[in-house]
Amino acid sequence: MSNPAEGSSGRTLARYLAPALVLAGLVIAWALVVALFAVEPEVLPGPGLVVESTWADRSALAPAAWTTLQEAVLGIAVAIVLAVLLAVAIDWSRTARRSLYPLLVASQTIPIIALAPLVVIWFGFGQTPKIVLVALFTFFAIAVGTLQGLASSDPDSMDLLRTMGAGRRQLLWRVRLPSALPQFFTGLKVAVAYSLVAAIVAEFVGAEQGLGVYMTGARNALRTDLVFGAVVVTALLTLVLFGIVALAERLAMPWRRPSQTEADW
Amino acid sequence: MSGRGGELELRGVAQTFTDRGGQVVEALEGVDLLARPGEFVALIGPSGCGKSTLLRIVAGLEQPAAGEVLLDGAVAGDRLGRCAFMPQRDGLLPWRRVIDNVTIGLELEGVPREQARERALPLLERFGLGEFTGSWPWQLSGGMRHRAAFLRTAITGRPVMLLDEPFGALDGITRAELQQWLLDVWREIGATVLLVTHDVSEAVFLADRVLVMSPRPGRIVAEERVALARPRELRVEETPEFGAAEARLREALRRAVAA
Ligand SMILES: Nc1ncnc2c1ncn2[C@@H]1O[C@H](COP(=O)(O)OP(=O)(O)OP(=O)(O)O)[C@@H](O)[C@H]1O
Ligand SMILES: [Mg+2]
Repeated sequence: MSNPAEGSSGRTLARYLAPALVLAGLVIAWALVVALFAVEPEVLPGPGLVVESTWADRSALAPAAWTTLQEAVLGIAVAIVLAVLLAVAIDWSRTARRSLYPLLVASQTIPIIALAPLVVIWFGFGQTPKIVLVALFTFFAIAVGTLQGLASSDPDSMDLLRTMGAGRRQLLWRVRLPSALPQFFTGLKVAVAYSLVAAIVAEFVGAEQGLGVYMTGARNALRTDLVFGAVVVTALLTLVLFGIVALAERLAMPWRRPSQTEADW
Repeated sequence: MSGRGGELELRGVAQTFTDRGGQVVEALEGVDLLARPGEFVALIGPSGCGKSTLLRIVAGLEQPAAGEVLLDGAVAGDRLGRCAFMPQRDGLLPWRRVIDNVTIGLELEGVPREQARERALPLLERFGLGEFTGSWPWQLSGGMRHRAAFLRTAITGRPVMLLDEPFGALDGITRAELQQWLLDVWREIGATVLLVTHDVSEAVFLADRVLVMSPRPGRIVAEERVALARPRELRVEETPEFGAAEARLREALRRAVAA
């Protein structure tokens, strides 16, 4: 690797190539199993059939996916606002820390999925209960990440700014919030990974539109191929959301050294 | 830059901490000190004797258990923002470019960004950071980081500078280079300096006066006036006067630790 640019583009290629090869291997194995054992398509449709049927049904699938994606994104947006506010409050005030932090931790013992029926009872069958459930589901990861990030602020930098006359508000904006960014984004990535699943589970309980409704319908019609198709679409949408967050992370932190974003060692 | 004050006085400053086990730790005991405007005072002493604690008290980050700190002859209760302080580690903010790290003190005072940069640029150019103004801190070597951290402290123009082992983590060559560099900058800004160090020869090379602290609880137990002419160059370390001052200080340190 004499040319660093060449080296890094080669590494980028390897980064995408390796998982793509693994994935291709799995898909081939799947196709082989289906063909060799002549599995019924209602039990396990082959990859070819899944792609074919899903594409054929795109006019029904697309609006369902769009609905679910909206719920996931809005839910995360709500979670971000509330989680950051709570994290800052806990970080800011001793009273808030004493009274809220134990509750935040304890809230993790609540099986949020089990709240889905309740949320539907309270908010009806529209998109609101799904947004609420996604927010509940993703809130914790973002809040804890942000909180840890705030606490990771360098005490020397804090002292230094204090000797320059900085007040608490200035310390928050100039030291603590920027310090929290990396861990905020780590939390957000976890949240994004859960968001669509949370929306779909909420839709299982009762909804008019969405991937959850689509999957339930396909299952009732014994269209296992379409259930698979919806799962693949969910995975792809999650990947897209993840990619958007990763991009935002890069844009928000241009100051990170390359080795920090690409843990290569 | 005369007539802007910079006299620093400590009277009977003592500090105690309660550690986790509830044990009371006496860190400082009755420290008296007077630094005249523009004087360079070095403070040496064994590890853990309370040197950092003393600087933090002067900076206003801690209040002493007893005694008082006077700036320009007046008791200064709330001192945060009065002295320029450089912590033991550089504390550069990773998300600010070098120039924005250097100007942060001005920014906190409400100086507009452009104006702050205009003030910082010539300083960075003159003191060896010109080509790094737009760099991120991680792109700097240890020596360059220290220069940036020092200029950040110096640019606020406060008449008293408190430096806590500014070269502690550096290799010998970089350290020698930075000591010379520090003297060059100091000659230009003319502030009163209180510098903590572990290194006796560093103290002699830099300071007008070296104070020796005892092990915990820290007190000032000896003092050496360094009569070497200024401006000083590293060659001064080979002179007999330098050697003699250094030897006396080492002896004083030994006695302080043995006592
Ligand atoms: N906030 C604190 N709580 C409890 N003990 C403390 C606190 N700050 C300092 N100490 C104790 O006070 C003593 C003096 O500490 P200080 O950091 O001032 O020493 P120092 O002379 O700067 O040491 P070094 O040369 O290693 O930097 C140490 O024993 C330290 O453990
Ligand atoms: Mg110290």
